[in-house]
Amino acid sequence: MLRYSGFRLAYEALRGHRGWGPAWRKAAPKASYDVVIVGGGGHGLATAYYLAKNHGITDVAVIERGGIGLGNVGRNTTIIRSNYFSRENIRFYDFSLKLWEGLEADLNYNAMVSQRGALNLVHADGQRDLLARRANMMRLEGVDTELLDKVAVKRLVPLIDTENGRFPVLGGFLQRRGGTVRHDAVAWGYARAADARGVDIVEQCEVTGIRREGGAVAGVETTRGFVGARKVVLAVAGHSSRLAEMAGFRLPIETHVLQAFVSEGVKPLIDLVVTYGAGHFYISQSDKGGLVFGGALDGYNTYARRGSLPMVEDVLAAGVTLMPGLGRLRVLRQWGGAMDMSLDGNPIIAATPVTNLYLNGGWCYGGFKAIPAGGFTTAYLVATGAPHPLIAHFGLERFRDGRVIDERGVGPYAWAH
Amino acid sequence: MLRIPCPHCGVRDEIEFRYRGDASVRRPAGEAGMEAFLAHVYERANPAGWHLEWWQHAAGCRQVLKVRRHTVTHEIGAVGLPGDDLPLPEASA
Repeated sequence: MLRYSGFRLAYEALRGHRGWGPAWRKAAPKASYDVVIVGGGGHGLATAYYLAKNHGITDVAVIERGGIGLGNVGRNTTIIRSNYFSRENIRFYDFSLKLWEGLEADLNYNAMVSQRGALNLVHADGQRDLLARRANMMRLEGVDTELLDKVAVKRLVPLIDTENGRFPVLGGFLQRRGGTVRHDAVAWGYARAADARGVDIVEQCEVTGIRREGGAVAGVETTRGFVGARKVVLAVAGHSSRLAEMAGFRLPIETHVLQAFVSEGVKPLIDLVVTYGAGHFYISQSDKGGLVFGGALDGYNTYARRGSLPMVEDVLAAGVTLMPGLGRLRVLRQWGGAMDMSLDGNPIIAATPVTNLYLNGGWCYGGFKAIPAGGFTTAYLVATGAPHPLIAHFGLERFRDGRVIDERGVGPYAWAH
Repeated sequence: MLRIPCPHCGVRDEIEFRYRGDASVRRPAGEAGMEAFLAHVYERANPAGWHLEWWQHAAGCRQVLKVRRHTVTHEIGAVGLPGDDLPLPEASA
């Protein structure tokens, strides 16, 4: 692998940039592998990388039906944070945040990790109590967080109309280590680093079936022929149910669409991530200047990655209520992503009813921030056969055992999480 | 934008309705056992194709309707009352 560095950049600049090669090989599928990972998104690529790096398993293929970076890893709003309430989730997501902090050095790739801070706004006394309790839980786990009053919020983000008539802002809840990461670079960086350790990244190859022999997985049928595998990982969030159906079982998952938006580029306006829970709206500014924002699910099962107009209106109304100045901007682009909404709002990283078939899915709309930890722990699960302590609570058996983790307390309704 | 033909009120925009989930799910008999109830509460077919679902006309007649909708094209194939049997088209998913 060609190492990227300041020296290399200067050297190539002087030679007219003719020395750069592709970041990863265009691999053709071999007849069989130790591990086949279905899905070349963030979690699939990260799993491949950590399998090779942490466990020495390099006979691995990542099979992607389209191109790298064109699924959900390229359709999110790039936010990272670990401000959760349940102890298990704080530990898992903070482990992820720590991996983000060292990611660029680890991958030798500039992912533009920017710890600009993540601010949740408070609009009611009850909500302040709840967030204070969440902050205390985070402090107990040694994770940074602070509560702000209205004056401090106004100083941080002058654009916010704290006196807005719909949901006046009383204060905020800030995690300074939260922030954003360039999402495409995450996919490209992991793909390059996995490829450098011998992983085959097979693009334009759709899995059409999962072959089983005697209750165990034997490989996958694809549009480029059968690929045998000792172990198979499904990392296709949004379409996990389709793959599970091929393997003969059902999941506690429905597929829903979440929309995101970006405005025209403007001068620096918002230098952290702001979340407006009462109106369901969140916003940050990309390094290119566009304001990146989103809101709630469209709210019904769909595999159509476009999104509905009523939700466009809903998100923009919430945004303009919070920051009236946004009304002067044009929305440049809007897109939708199909997501696995699990019935308790938490992900699933687990063995499945089929031996040697593993699942990384059910991320709801929180999969991006979890990519490093999701890949790390999925690789651990595949290599050792046992769940990593950080994901013991993400098993499928939690639904049978009545140990679901319901961060919001809304019950088994996928569209309500 | 979905346009749902409510049998009571006529064709209305989706903003008048509230989604209430998968209408193919049936509550098992009381003695059906643990696995049947697990499947009832949590497991879903989640098809990429025709899907039976409940929609409540919350800002209209407030009745719950059964709707057959395609989850990829968003075409609405049929709308009925809760007791109606809306067959899924064969192999057209």
